[in-house]
Amino acid sequence: MLRLLTVVFAVLMAVALPASAKDKLTIYTYDSFTSDWGPGPKIKASFEATCKCELEWVAVADAVATLNRIKLEGASSKADILLGIDTSLTAEAEATGLFEQHGISTENVNLPVQWTNKTFVPYDYGHFAVIYDSEKVKTPPASLDDLVNGDPEQKIVIQDPRTSSPGLGLLLWIKAIYGDKAGEAWTKLSRRVLTVTPGWSEAYGMFTKGEAPMVLSYTTSPAYHMVSESTDRYRAAGFPEGHYMQIEVAGILKSSQNKKLAREFLAFMTGPGFQDHIPTNNWMWPAGKTSDALPDAFGKLVKPAKSLLLSADEVNANRKAWIDEWLKATTR
Amino acid sequence: MQPSRTSRPKSAILAGLVALGCIGLAVATPMLALVAVAPAMPELSADYLDFVWSITKFTLLQAGLSTLLSVLTAIPLARALARQASFPGRQLILRLLALPLALPALVVVLGIVEVWGRQGWVSTVMQGTGLAGPLNIYGLTGILIAHVFFNMALAARLLVASLEQIPPENWRLAAQLSFTSGHVFRHIEWPVIRSVLPGIASLVFMLCIASFAVVLVLGGGPKATTLEVAIYQSLRFDFDPPRAVLLAALQLALCAGLFVLGGRMATDIVVMSGVGKQVRRPDQAASRRTDTLVITAGLTFIALPMLAIVLSGLAAPFGVIVSQSVFWRATATSLVLALTAASLSLVMAWSLLAAQRTILRRRQPSRAASAFMSSMQASGSLILVVPPVVIGAGWFVVLHRTGLAGSAAPVIVAVVNALMALPFALRILRPAVVGQAQVHDRLCASLGLSGLQRWRLIDLPVLARSFALAFAFAAALSIGDLGAAALFGSADFVTLPLLLLQKMGSYRSVEAAGIALLLACFCLSLIWMAEQLKTEAQSQ
Repeated sequence: MLRLLTVVFAVLMAVALPASAKDKLTIYTYDSFTSDWGPGPKIKASFEATCKCELEWVAVADAVATLNRIKLEGASSKADILLGIDTSLTAEAEATGLFEQHGISTENVNLPVQWTNKTFVPYDYGHFAVIYDSEKVKTPPASLDDLVNGDPEQKIVIQDPRTSSPGLGLLLWIKAIYGDKAGEAWTKLSRRVLTVTPGWSEAYGMFTKGEAPMVLSYTTSPAYHMVSESTDRYRAAGFPEGHYMQIEVAGILKSSQNKKLAREFLAFMTGPGFQDHIPTNNWMWPAGKTSDALPDAFGKLVKPAKSLLLSADEVNANRKAWIDEWLKATTR
Repeated sequence: MQPSRTSRPKSAILAGLVALGCIGLAVATPMLALVAVAPAMPELSADYLDFVWSITKFTLLQAGLSTLLSVLTAIPLARALARQASFPGRQLILRLLALPLALPALVVVLGIVEVWGRQGWVSTVMQGTGLAGPLNIYGLTGILIAHVFFNMALAARLLVASLEQIPPENWRLAAQLSFTSGHVFRHIEWPVIRSVLPGIASLVFMLCIASFAVVLVLGGGPKATTLEVAIYQSLRFDFDPPRAVLLAALQLALCAGLFVLGGRMATDIVVMSGVGKQVRRPDQAASRRTDTLVITAGLTFIALPMLAIVLSGLAAPFGVIVSQSVFWRATATSLVLALTAASLSLVMAWSLLAAQRTILRRRQPSRAASAFMSSMQASGSLILVVPPVVIGAGWFVVLHRTGLAGSAAPVIVAVVNALMALPFALRILRPAVVGQAQVHDRLCASLGLSGLQRWRLIDLPVLARSFALAFAFAAALSIGDLGAAALFGSADFVTLPLLLLQKMGSYRSVEAAGIALLLACFCLSLIWMAEQLKTEAQSQ
């Protein structure tokens, strides 16, 4: 009996322990990137065709959570690359000392702003927006102020700024517009919040399932519904105050054992092999050349009246205090 | 014969000392680590302290309301079940009431959302009849529904067990005096209920204070956060140990305070004495109609979420689930953890009890022996005062300081799970170990049996069932645990409840439903085996 138990135990242990890594590039990212409909699987296939290596995606809820995970694991992390944080977090990520300079040419990078950061390489960008279900919301919020002060019975699902980059984006958006009055704005807005999810996927899933008529996402999200579902039912609300901008980036970890391969990947990331999969899989604007023109749907999207973006250093210096302000304001 | 008789007690006491030391170490190390990072406290902003104050109030509020609602609904349900001794399917209903506590909290949450969520069964019916809009399950409402689901069932079962203890003479007397239902309640039932209610209420309150999975999923944001969840968030979301220290200290103070206040807490939660006696009562017929109504309502409330778990679980794409290697890794990890935690728990319980038995044999135990005795007894319920998440948080800080987080995490989770199961293991084994001692000591002395020989020939056959029972309970507890595992989860360390949480988080709800059903089956089959063993043991 005891021998049987020992054998069972040994077999279970063997299954429980992950297989050893060999010539494998491990990339931590947010989970929607690696889902079946996300760009992850296609990018894996197209990179593996050129590198003769294995690419492993490790999905961690949402972008801020991926950085938290890297911080927790420190130098012992098995990640070679962190992909998916945005410019709100780059300064904080650099301050950890866990990342090294990318050392690749960024001539292929094409963004509405000048890119100078030496540690991180951008791969896409977009603007946050409130997406609403036009069958349930007849008069969508006409401005950010309208969203804050609107009918508390009309619910929105948002993301937690401590784990999610759209959540952090909304925090910075409200900060950029309301400044010192951000706390009061949050107290008002929190009456409309159905729930705060840890990640974008969960929030967007609840929205499409009909749990709430509004969700915090991107101006580009309706393109997905137009291209994949041929419907314009889900629309972005344009706000005259401007929309907060997000530039998503990737960087190499100092602790990586595969730095050459990691640099190869970052260079590949700025080219069509990667960028082709961004518009219609990650549903964001590409940060480099794609082989084909973007689908027509991208021409019908809401164009932000103004691009808002706080500097990475300012965000790094204040993120904690602003999150505390948010915690206090939303529990009041 | 003389030498062997003295060598055995010594080794038993040594084993007890070692177990006590290990428990002390497992709990004290993280406490010291938390104290060590405490000097960084000034970093806490005024806004954050305000937030902490709000969630402390909310923690107490939700626990208070949950307790009140659970107890208030449990009393009529227990009365009805006790009164209608020949109610069709009564045994089955009583067994059903034992299920909620055996199910992993995360699985139950899934079932509750299915029934009470905005897209759930109740909302659909309500909207269909045009009575009201969809329910909002996130926040206090959802937390209360889930807590009442767990604790009404628990409280009702405990109350039924007490009501069945009422001596038959009382009922004869009540019949002679032609008591009405009101008289029966006032003069017979209420005194019994009142005597057990404080113990039940403080137990429920404690369980709600330390509730993790329910609040994590149904809280819906900072507004409905409890200290337990905030500890997790301070480490996993913010990686901010000083904050975790503050929260852990508060949580510890709350739990310790309650433990002192509610000293009579009924710790024999799962190991309850049998319910289901058939007592003939004179008031049975008169209240049949209302009782049927109450029982049906209670049953519906308990059964619907379980039905939802089964229905949505059966519709899950099992082909997809079993094709994922992470599912098999999670299953294997959970099983290894459960086996380790359960074995560890049993070894600790046995060592403590064997030492206690040895001391009890002495006519006049020394003062040191008495102190040792009481500290051993206290160590068993330590985990009720020091919540698992607090111990986990301390170890989290230790491991990250020493860079051992990756490799040592599973060990810590197993140890914390073993400590969680210890009170129950002690409860189950105590009568068998300490009680049997008196019976067998003389026999063994006359036969000259001692040490391993005695253990093999006398103790083991008698204890085997109790051991198996305790093992099954501990394993089920560990398999369903989310709190300790959530702190240490990583790409390399995934348990089934963690995988379930991940699937829910990435909104793969159909896969989540399948994993939830599997998890429920694991736990229930363990508990079922335990129940079988218990009835066999009782009939022996």
